[in-house]
Amino acid sequence: MKITVEIQRFNPETDTEPYTKAYEVDADPTDRLLTVLMMIKSDQDPSLGIRKSCAHGVCGSDAMIINGKEGLACKTLIKDVAEAEGATIRVEPLRNLPIQRDLMVDQTHFFANYMQVKPYFISTKEPKSGEFRQPPEDRKEFEEGTKCILCVSCYSACPVIQEVNPDFLGPAAIIQAARFNDDSRDEGFEERLPHLDYPDGIWPCESRFECTRVCPRGIKITKTINLTKKKITKYREDHKSRE
Amino acid sequence: MFEYEAIIVGAGGAGLYAALEASKTGKTAVLSKLFPVRSHTGAAQGGIGAALGNLEEDKPEWHAFDTVKGGDYLTDQNAAVILAEDAVRAVYDLENRGLPFSRTPEGLIDQRRFGGHTRNFGEAPVRRSCYAADRTGHMILQTLYQQCIKNSVSFFDEFYVLDVLFKDRACAGVVALDLSTGDIQTFRAKAVLFATGGFGRMFRITSNAFANTGDGQALLARKGVPLEDMEFFQFHPTGIRGLGILITEGVRGEGGILRNANGERFMERYASTLLDLAPRDMIARAIHTEIQESRGVRGDGSVDDFVHLDATHLGKELIEEKLPDIAEFSRTYLGIDPSDKPMPVHPTAHYAMGGIPVDLDGRVFADGEGHLYEGLYAAGECACVSVHGANRLGTNSLVELIVFGRRAGQHMRQYIKGADFPAVSREASEIAKSQLSRLKGKGEGTNPDELRRDMQNTMTANVGIYRNGKDMAQAIETLRELRERYKTVRAADSSNAFNTNVLEVLELGNLLDLAYISATCALNRTESRGAHAREDYIERDDPNWLHHTLAWLRADEIILGHKPVDTSRWKPKPRKY
Repeated sequence: MKITVEIQRFNPETDTEPYTKAYEVDADPTDRLLTVLMMIKSDQDPSLGIRKSCAHGVCGSDAMIINGKEGLACKTLIKDVAEAEGATIRVEPLRNLPIQRDLMVDQTHFFANYMQVKPYFISTKEPKSGEFRQPPEDRKEFEEGTKCILCVSCYSACPVIQEVNPDFLGPAAIIQAARFNDDSRDEGFEERLPHLDYPDGIWPCESRFECTRVCPRGIKITKTINLTKKKITKYREDHKSRE
Repeated sequence: MFEYEAIIVGAGGAGLYAALEASKTGKTAVLSKLFPVRSHTGAAQGGIGAALGNLEEDKPEWHAFDTVKGGDYLTDQNAAVILAEDAVRAVYDLENRGLPFSRTPEGLIDQRRFGGHTRNFGEAPVRRSCYAADRTGHMILQTLYQQCIKNSVSFFDEFYVLDVLFKDRACAGVVALDLSTGDIQTFRAKAVLFATGGFGRMFRITSNAFANTGDGQALLARKGVPLEDMEFFQFHPTGIRGLGILITEGVRGEGGILRNANGERFMERYASTLLDLAPRDMIARAIHTEIQESRGVRGDGSVDDFVHLDATHLGKELIEEKLPDIAEFSRTYLGIDPSDKPMPVHPTAHYAMGGIPVDLDGRVFADGEGHLYEGLYAAGECACVSVHGANRLGTNSLVELIVFGRRAGQHMRQYIKGADFPAVSREASEIAKSQLSRLKGKGEGTNPDELRRDMQNTMTANVGIYRNGKDMAQAIETLRELRERYKTVRAADSSNAFNTNVLEVLELGNLLDLAYISATCALNRTESRGAHAREDYIERDDPNWLHHTLAWLRADEIILGHKPVDTSRWKPKPRKY
């Protein structure tokens, strides 16, 4: 089917402002949007800036705004975003981060927030031999967070970062902290606490569910954030009552 | 000029593990053209093999034997024993660093069956693959990256290595392109490890990421380093029809069955004991044969023809719990829920058994006589230890990353203690600079995308699952022409910052060099062994061919040589499953 793809372009060496350029392409309805973007890059404009790697939704490279909503270009089929012959698909870089070039954004701040929460296993114990034992139901407790591919979609969709507090830690970093805080083998809750429990930490979240809505891995992000808030509140109350 | 004692090129499983080890005492930096969490290790699905014996009796010795037999006896046997024995420690180590393995009801690491992994030297499939749903590679990559953050490893993300520096046979560092600025930077180092992954992108249908372009192998080959066993490339039996996206062998490990157009479980005719859990090379050939003999589901024997992978009898609950990503891929790309309908699959180019020849500590060989480079290492898919021989068993790639990535990192740590920084001249980056300015130079050059398509079609058609002398000779001719035309390729985009066009042109050059070497090695080996199946030489020929191939790229010619295989433990036998 013939479609138009409108791409927001920006080259820092030649442009002062982003602009939109339209490309006519002949695509199959079951083509991945990434395939179509690569077709445009090879046949029409090799200067198109885009990140890509696995091409099947597990590496997190090609998150972008597709018809106004965050998504992975490789996990989006043309038929899902172009209703009929002649339809237009609009593609833009992610929000809430500086544009580097075309569809590429600067993820430095996103990864700095992620690293800040100590997103790694912390334990002073060692199993007597072999593995730590962990019943399947305990593993389920933190399953959600392990699915995260750090694709930045949730951070881009977060209305709190955009409208209320640009310094908000953001959904992904909290999910990564929760992935360890909720792991029965981990002992790092108190080490991570100061990196969540501060004004720009977990608290700016207003449960507006945009992160959950766009997550390409289907992670229940808002729910996990709220459970983490509860966990922190409970810890603070227990701690106070002990004093 | 940057200065690090150890440089790691590539941030997948092998590179990150080596970095964790080297950085314990040495000043270490990781250079990667991707953000580390985007590396292709993250796409591995079904598991990491280790004889933990959590569900039934198992022994590292059985694992080692399966690895040797799976590799059609081209596996170096002592290396396979190290792989299998150290796999147990490696899996516990990953778990102890937080990796969320799936669990048995008792809370132990759960294990599933996988192709070619057997109990008691081939009696029956054994539960050896330790897994985290169907996201095992993702969990390994995440866990290792997390550990690197914890241990403050230095990263240069989106740096592409253009050149490697030598002082005689000692590695002196690398020259890299900073993709964010277009600047060229020199890194002086005492030791450099390449962990740049595979090169499935030389084929039209592949499970491999765009990034899998064999950058390290090709660069070293151009610098005079030999490559080993490049004729052996694995086609995974079950890629999603047309797209090549991997459908893990874990589906069959959980009980999935391959069926042809008649609904027949055709593996009964090809591997009567292991059936759908025979090694990958055999199943890929079986599917190919079914399709050629008009028993594909389309029945036309075309490149788009396919067979069915039936998981409908496993039940929705099991699929959603143990194979959730597979279910999602199937729904997303095929519109099929695997608990309702079988999935259309055909073989997909998956894994390079060959690569940079290394010893058990990841040190790179200069020839077949055991001479080594100093301070030059390789690990992971880009290396050839060789633990996979002529055909890798499922799960063994992840084992290799952890076991040999660690060993290489440990050896680097020792090596850099006693080594001085080699001298690096100010002009060290000149070769890289002129290469880049030529690519970005003015003038109407050849279209790189046309060359890429021609290469992929040629490799798929002529150097695929089944090969013959005539087709391969034709492929070599075509690849010679393509490499000649590549010399006139120009990047259409001449800008500096985030120039992905230049990167893609560089990657294409690497693929063309490796395709040329692979096809030449394949034509040279006049026997069938493991993944190298020749229609004109259908038998394995131990008297003439029980040795590794070494190939040197000398400008436009390839010099071939040999390297002995270690068969010290098990005598080669006919390979039946």
